[in-house]
Amino acid sequence: MKKINSPSRHIISYSIGFLSSIILTVIAYAVVVHDVFTDFWSPAAIAIILAVLASLQLVIQLLFFLHLGDEEKPRWKLLSFIFAFIILGIVVFGSLWIMFDLNARMMMSPEDMIKYMNRQTGL
Amino acid sequence: MTAPLDNAVTLKHTPDDKPLLGFWIYLMTDCLLFASLFATYIVLHNNTYGGPGGSELFDMPSILVETLILLTSSFTCGLAMIAVRQRSIKHTLFWIGFTFVLGVIFLFMELTEFKHLIAEGNSWHRSGFLSSFFTLVGTHGLHIAIGLLWLLVMGWKLIKQGFTINTIRRLTLFSMFWHFLDIIWIFIFTFVYLIGALQL
Repeated sequence: MKKINSPSRHIISYSIGFLSSIILTVIAYAVVVHDVFTDFWSPAAIAIILAVLASLQLVIQLLFFLHLGDEEKPRWKLLSFIFAFIILGIVVFGSLWIMFDLNARMMMSPEDMIKYMNRQTGL
Repeated sequence: MTAPLDNAVTLKHTPDDKPLLGFWIYLMTDCLLFASLFATYIVLHNNTYGGPGGSELFDMPSILVETLILLTSSFTCGLAMIAVRQRSIKHTLFWIGFTFVLGVIFLFMELTEFKHLIAEGNSWHRSGFLSSFFTLVGTHGLHIAIGLLWLLVMGWKLIKQGFTINTIRRLTLFSMFWHFLDIIWIFIFTFVYLIGALQL
């Protein structure tokens, strides 16, 4: 399939990517704006659904728009993408972990804070 | 120790791959720039300092229209690349022009949104949330503006020079850049606008 380079194959590839991206975008929009699931799902669950929809669209656009799947054997593009993705995960989740953990520690009442500090210093 | 030799052989057989790979690696580093801005936004998005939050500020229907316009421009950019493969100047210019117009409409809508926010006193001075919002969305808008400038230069070069190795290669790089910006926008649309409108 890789060898066939006819224009119609490319048009079909772009059209599949385009149509499925539109569908996913509209679904995500409807979920939030038209309250499709808000009666029986929590906002956190809906946020996860939205993240999954966005990730699906990422994969679709990587395959059908950026043609990441058509790459030949030493897959440098794919490798550099995976590398960037790992760094991205460390940056984003690392920042969130540190900042929200700090938030949780700073949200104590003054009395709790004194108790906590005493415990930490072993007094 | 055989790996470097193998690379040399592959690159010699496909000389065009080198600039494409180089540009791809630039896109990956740009991705990390956006990753840090996303992290900043998520950390600060509740720090509204008594000001309005995302759910009160965002005009969702116009954001959906913006998203669909950028998505369509990504598609027409792909059609332009098909025209380039067929070496049809007329079709290439048509689809490039189409992409350019859609990009301008997108940028115009985004700047209108910014103008409204600032006019209502909700500029980046207002809160940590708005500072990180303007930085993230503004950086994407700046990329779009640079892409439009690039597209303008490419259109002019195509008319002047026709298809040369350089114009074809630069159009290919541009299409990668434009698809990449569309992917970044999907995540802005999801994490800033949709989840912002959820009122977590």
